[in-house]
Amino acid sequence: MTTPLLAVRDLTVQFRTDAGWLTAVENVGFELGAQETLGIVGESGSGKSVTALSLLGLHAASTTRLPTGSIDYAGQNLLKLPERAMRRIRGGEIAMIFQDPMSSLNPVLTVADQISETVMLHQGLDRAAARKRAVGLLDMVRIADAAHRVDAYPHQLSGGMRQRVMIAIAIACRPKLLIADEPTTALDVTIQAQILDLLRELQAELGMSVILISHDLGVIAEFARRVMVMYAGRVVEAAPSRALFRQPMHPYTSGLLAAIPPLDHDVTRLSTIAGSIPDPARRIPGCRFSPRCAEVEAACRETAPDLVTVGAGHLARCPPRLHRMAAP
Amino acid sequence: MRMLRRLLLRLGQAIPVILVVAVLAFFLMHLLPGDPAAVIAGPEAGAEAVERIRRQLGLDRSIPEQLLVWLWHLAQGDFGTSIIHNQSVLQALADRMPVTASLTLVAFAMTIPIGIVLGVAAAKFRNTWVDSAVMLMALIGVSVPGFWIAILSVILFSVTLGWLPASGYVPLSEGVWPWLRALIQPAAMLALFQIGFLARMARSATLDVLDQDYIRTARAKGVSEWRTIAKHAFRNTLIPVVTTTGIILSLLMGGSVVIEQVFAMPGVGRLIVQAILTRDYPMVQGTLLALAFLFVAINLMVDIVYTWVDPRVRYD
Ligand SMILES: Nc1ncnc2c1ncn2[C@@H]1O[C@H](COP(=O)(O)OP(=O)(O)OP(=O)(O)O)[C@@H](O)[C@H]1O
Ligand SMILES: [Mg+2]
Repeated sequence: MTTPLLAVRDLTVQFRTDAGWLTAVENVGFELGAQETLGIVGESGSGKSVTALSLLGLHAASTTRLPTGSIDYAGQNLLKLPERAMRRIRGGEIAMIFQDPMSSLNPVLTVADQISETVMLHQGLDRAAARKRAVGLLDMVRIADAAHRVDAYPHQLSGGMRQRVMIAIAIACRPKLLIADEPTTALDVTIQAQILDLLRELQAELGMSVILISHDLGVIAEFARRVMVMYAGRVVEAAPSRALFRQPMHPYTSGLLAAIPPLDHDVTRLSTIAGSIPDPARRIPGCRFSPRCAEVEAACRETAPDLVTVGAGHLARCPPRLHRMAAP
Repeated sequence: MRMLRRLLLRLGQAIPVILVVAVLAFFLMHLLPGDPAAVIAGPEAGAEAVERIRRQLGLDRSIPEQLLVWLWHLAQGDFGTSIIHNQSVLQALADRMPVTASLTLVAFAMTIPIGIVLGVAAAKFRNTWVDSAVMLMALIGVSVPGFWIAILSVILFSVTLGWLPASGYVPLSEGVWPWLRALIQPAAMLALFQIGFLARMARSATLDVLDQDYIRTARAKGVSEWRTIAKHAFRNTLIPVVTTTGIILSLLMGGSVVIEQVFAMPGVGRLIVQAILTRDYPMVQGTLLALAFLFVAINLMVDIVYTWVDPRVRYD
C-alpha cells in the first residue's frame, strides 16, 4: 500500500472526572487509504465517538489530557497541529456528521446560513455564491425543492431531511475524509437505508474516504470493506469485513455477529451478549472482555492480550481462539 | 402573517388582565375602613366638606353603578382627577413620567449589555478567575441593598469627589450630558441588582447552549471559538434571556419608586408616595392602573422581540 490518507497510531485519550483520570480510548491504531471505507463498531461506551472526535481535535481542552500517540494526515501529525491550522482541516479536509440530526443543527439559523458558513469560511465564497452553492448541495443530497427548502429552519424539516442537511454541510468543501458517527441510529429503518445509500453514492461521486461508526455490525458489513471492532476503549479485532464475517477471531465479535437480525427468516429472540460494557473508571485485570466472555480461560484474567496478526490484514486480541484455530 | 396573528392573540389576552386590574383599582377605594369620603377629607373636615367629596367622587351612588361609571370613564381615557391638585391623573403622569422613564431606560440600557456580556464571559471562561469574579460581583449586586450602596456612592462621588450631583433631575431638553449626569448615579444603583440577576441568568443559559450538539457541529465545521460563541451560541442564549428582560424592565420601574425617594427625583414613584400621604385616592387609583397598562405593554413588546429571536415561535 502507498502512504495512507490517515494513519492513527497508539491513540490514547483520557478525561478528567470526579473519580480521577479516565481512559476512554487506549492505544487505538488504524490506517485508511484514499477513497477507502472503514467501519468502527462496538457497544455504547466503547470509545468510538471519542476516537472520531480526536481526529478533529474536538475534545474540550479543559477536561482532556493531551491525547498521546499520533494521527498522521497528509504528512502532518494532527495532534501536534496548532489550533488555527486545525480549523482549516475541520470541515475543509475532514468533515463529520453526528448521530442526532435533531440537535446537531442550530435551531435559530436557516439551512442556507448553516451550509453557506462552511464554504464562506474555507473557500472564501461571498454570500450570494455561497447560497447558490447551498442550493446545489441540497440537490446533491437529494432534497426536493432545494431552492425553497434552503430558507427553512431545522424545525421545519423531518429527521431524515435534517440528516441530509448535515451531510450537505459535511460535503460542502469536498473533504477528503468524512466521519459519520452513527448517522442513522436516530432515524427509522427505511430512512436509515436511504441515508446509507446516499452516503455510498456521494462517496463514489466525490472520491472521499469514509469512517462509518455504528453499533450495528450489519450496517457496517454492508458499507465498509474493513471493520474495526472496539471494546472498552481498545481495538479487539480489525479485519476486512468478509474475513471478519467468515472467521471472527474474537468472542466479542462473534457476539456482535450473533446479534444481527437475519434478513431471511423471522426470529423471536435475538442473541445478545450477556452483561454490559464495564465502567471505564474500573480497572479490569487481563482481558477487558473476560468477565463477559463465554470462552474465558484462567490466563485471560491475568495478562492483557496483545493485538496480533492472525491472518491477511486480520488482527485480533484473543490468544485462546488463535490457539484453537491453529491446532484443530 | 402568523406573527400578526400571534400579536393580536396576545393583545386579546391582555384585555382581561387590564379589566381585572381596573376592577381591583376600583375596589381599592372601597376597601378603606369606614367611609371613604370621610377618610379622604381627613379628620378635621366638616360634614359639609365630606358631603362635597362624596358627590365629587360619585360615592353617593350604588357600587355597581360606580363601577360602571369608572369603567366607562376609563374606556374614554379618563383616569380620574386628583382631589388635591385639581389636575387630571393623566396630566400628572405626563408631567412625571419623563423622569421615571428616563431613570428606568438608562438603568435598562446599563443592565442589558453589561449583564449579558458578564454572563456570557463567565460561561466562556467557566471555572477560571473570570467566572469567579463575575459571580462574586453578581452576588454582591443581588445581596447588598440598593439604597445602602446609593448612600455610599453619593458620599463618594457627590460629596467627596463632587463629580456627580447628589440629587435632583435635569430634563433632557436642557441637554443630553446634564440629563445623563443627573441620571448616572441613580440609574447605576437601580441597575446593580438587575445586572447581578441577569449575569447569572445569562451565564447559565450560555452554559446550557455551549453543551448543545449544534455547537459541536459548528466547531466541526472549522468555525473559530469566538465566532462559535458570537454566532452560534449567542442567539440561542438570547431566547431565555429575552423572556427575563421584560421582568427586568418591570422590576426596574418598580425599583425606581425607591430610588426616586433617595435621590429626590420628581418621578411617578414620588407622585404615588405623595398621593398616598395626602390620601389623594383617585390619583393612587389612576397611577396604579396606568402602571399596570405599562407593564402589559412591556410584556407585549418582549413577546414581539421573542418571536423575532426564536424562529420556532415565528413559524409555528
Ligand atoms: N468529555 C468526556 N468526559 C468524560 N468522559 C467521557 C467524555 N466523552 C466520553 N467519555 C466516556 O468515554 C467512554 C467512551 O465514550 P464514547 O462516546 O466514545 O462511546 P461510543 O462508543 O461512541 O458510544 P455510543 O455508541 O453510545 O456513542 C464512555 O465511557 C464515556 O462516558
Ligand atoms: Mg458515540
